[in-house]
Amino acid sequence: MPATLSHVPASAAPAPTVAEFTEAESCFDIRDLSLAYDGKPALEALTLRIPRQRVTAFIGPSGCGKSTLLRALNRLHDLNDEVRREGSILLEGQDIHGPGVEVAELRRRVGMVFQTPNPFPMSIYDNVAFGVRLQGVKRKRQLDEIVEWALDSAALWGEVKDRLHSSAWSLSGGQQQRLVIARTLAVRPEVLLLDEPASALDPISTLKIEELIRTLKSRLTLILVTHNMQQAARVSDVTAFLQAGELIEYAATDTLFTNPRLRRTEDYITGRMH
Amino acid sequence: MEITSETHSQHISKQFNHELEELKTHLMAMGGQVEKQVQDAIHALLEGDTRLAEEVCDNDQAVNDMQIKIDEECTRVLARRQPAASDLRLVLAVIRATSDLERIGDEASKIARNALALAEAGRGTPKGVIEVRHISEHVRKMVRDALTAFARFDTQLALSVAREDELVDNEYTTAMRSLMTFMMEDPRSISSILSVMWILRALERIGDHADNLAEYVVYLVKGLDIRHIDADKLDEAALKGKG
Repeated sequence: MPATLSHVPASAAPAPTVAEFTEAESCFDIRDLSLAYDGKPALEALTLRIPRQRVTAFIGPSGCGKSTLLRALNRLHDLNDEVRREGSILLEGQDIHGPGVEVAELRRRVGMVFQTPNPFPMSIYDNVAFGVRLQGVKRKRQLDEIVEWALDSAALWGEVKDRLHSSAWSLSGGQQQRLVIARTLAVRPEVLLLDEPASALDPISTLKIEELIRTLKSRLTLILVTHNMQQAARVSDVTAFLQAGELIEYAATDTLFTNPRLRRTEDYITGRMH
Repeated sequence: MEITSETHSQHISKQFNHELEELKTHLMAMGGQVEKQVQDAIHALLEGDTRLAEEVCDNDQAVNDMQIKIDEECTRVLARRQPAASDLRLVLAVIRATSDLERIGDEASKIARNALALAEAGRGTPKGVIEVRHISEHVRKMVRDALTAFARFDTQLALSVAREDELVDNEYTTAMRSLMTFMMEDPRSISSILSVMWILRALERIGDHADNLAEYVVYLVKGLDIRHIDADKLDEAALKGKG
């Protein structure tokens, strides 16, 4: 807060314009992260902390780097030899690129849901049980419990409990997306990355996903990439605005959508020309 | 982020620019109408012009209609555009401003009704008219400045309105005190002095509403809510601090 505002009562002072979290509050601690695809910079020296058990939204125009940043958080870029990275990403204080880190375990802790629902070509039950079986759980009773818990957590149990053994493809798009979320939740992640999770869904299914995001934040950290600014405004607690690979403004969602600090943010969220 | 009067005309959607411009234009039209109501009410009182006083009472309905029309436009913009940031602040400021303008209109009618009562009692120039003239000049300037500040997004001018309101409040208290003394001295004057007191009260309220309008300008331009803060604490430095 500027010094000249010190005598204005707190009710009149603007909320902090920069979202700052301590190490203890943060789930991810991203430090000076730069990424380049084939020599072309995609992210430039990003530094931010993502709070635990909150919903953080990344917004920005196409090609701003928001999906690139999201994918970096569970090392999806490892598969691409053309990606160069500098800087570090700490998950609960531990460098995710550190020597002792197994990528499979990292991706269990940091689950991801994509734009288009991608259920496996198998039954609803087997989709949810898939990751759990890979972890070595074999007993049917235990699997049943986990499947029910995960489907219930994803607000899908009531709709599918009588047809757990039908094909996942028989579900609607919105149900498939919630099934994918259930499949991710079944392995008990700490973080859920959501890359445009509702952009292929109708408005009612979208609201169900948004409601699900809200309920999940009591036990998970959620990070959402979206083109839909109203969606970011509706569901997130903190919003990061990116443009051309740079973090422009990172603030409490309430502040960013009522009184952003910077012109570039204002122009983007209100749909103005540059 | 601080904005200017040009900010709302830079959207990719020209239709949206147009809708927001219309809100501002209609608010200014309503402001102009209300300003005229206050001016006419005072004129009717000072000149004993009963025809003009009746006109002011009749015209209040037009002000009410304007408020409803602008509120409907705001509702439409909220529902269809889901405005954010300075666009949202504009819509909120306009909704609030129409409500204060409508109240100023009501106060102008009150002045006109009391002017009629005084004219009917017909005892020549009542006591307190000098105070009324004096305070009304201040108050009319406050309304005019608040509306100009709104039109130009001028926070400095808006702050000067808040300072002026303190002055008006002081003058109001002094005037009321001297009118009480007159009433005690001459009980036959009680009914006409009461009418003058009601008029002073209406003027003081108009000043408060103009002060509110000025506060909305600061909210609109700076995103800073300065309601319920004493005017003497609102120096310009405080507002410069917010970028």
